[in-house]
Amino acid sequence: MAHKTENPRAWLFVAPVLLLVAFNAFIPLMAVINYSVQESFGNNLFFWHGIGWFEQIMNSERFQATLLRQGFFTFIILAIELPLGVAIALTMPKKGFWVPVCLVLMALPLLVPWNVVGAMWNIFALPDLGLLGATLNGFGWEYNMTSDPFDAWFTMILMDVWHWTSLVVLLSYAGLVSIPDAFYQAARIDGASRLSVFRFIELPKMKHVLTIAVLLRFMDSFKIYTEPFVLTGGGPGNSTTLLSIDLVKIGLGQFDLGPAAAMSLIYFLIVLTFSWIFYTLMTKNDPM
Amino acid sequence: MDFFTWMAWTWQTGLFIVAIVGSITLMGIIEIFRPGGSPKHGILGLDTTRGDRLFISIIGFLWINLLWLALISAPLLGAVVVGAIWVALVFRFV
Repeated sequence: MAHKTENPRAWLFVAPVLLLVAFNAFIPLMAVINYSVQESFGNNLFFWHGIGWFEQIMNSERFQATLLRQGFFTFIILAIELPLGVAIALTMPKKGFWVPVCLVLMALPLLVPWNVVGAMWNIFALPDLGLLGATLNGFGWEYNMTSDPFDAWFTMILMDVWHWTSLVVLLSYAGLVSIPDAFYQAARIDGASRLSVFRFIELPKMKHVLTIAVLLRFMDSFKIYTEPFVLTGGGPGNSTTLLSIDLVKIGLGQFDLGPAAAMSLIYFLIVLTFSWIFYTLMTKNDPM
Repeated sequence: MDFFTWMAWTWQTGLFIVAIVGSITLMGIIEIFRPGGSPKHGILGLDTTRGDRLFISIIGFLWINLLWLALISAPLLGAVVVGAIWVALVFRFV
């Protein structure tokens, strides 16, 4: 591009969006920052509290336990969904009658709303009535999601894998079908094994969509709320209370605006930092 | 005046907003006079522009303050000093 004409009127067209973003994103974020340094006693009375809430949250065992739980959940989700998604995408047909069938089947779980997924799995996992719960109990595993933390985690992870692996599959599949046939022909002439075709052709070509997949799955699983809340309500005990569930408990259950605001800012910083690290590492060697 | 008391704004929050918005605006103004963002290949092996360096330094500064609270506890004077050194290092070497 040798020459671009600049028209200052363009700013005028951006202005409404700017105003909208200011009103629904920037000012609320600043309000959260504002609450995080104050103590409120209801009746719209606020008192200056400085960095006290941040100190309290950073030293709170409850927050540390929740954060650990959340990190564990996200790690498991990524470790299962990414390899599984890529593997399914590799086995899907590239052309013919079965392509739309596979795509629609894959897209179905993504179309179900979060709270419906939670309710569905809640019933599915009932130990006496639910298909999953009754079957597992029939096999002799004393499965009860509402009293056993391990069972609750098992169900929660299975639910997330069911709901979101499709996203990884669809993204990887889009990456795979965009590889021209010439690459595979060249590989066949060179006598490349299936493994090296995957390692040197398919994986590099999927890199960008996988970057998106990792980012989306990381952010979504780190801020997941509805599905585990409907499924287990954070229980049994606190064993499936993830960060956002705890945040809602503090902010809306106990109405402790200050600590909730401080916690959500720390939460935000964690998501921002990790997303930046992932993105930077995965696009490091690309030309800018 | 009712507008400010309604949402319980404090001047400290205002200062923070001004600092964030100000630093982004400053980046914009510098970009007008020295376009291109002064790209650099730093010691972390990253290609960064001056906006990237601002982002890294702010994120790092906040983390230093939070970890100071977790490991050492208030007051934050020491963390601000360490943070300022961090910001200077990021702008010089990253």
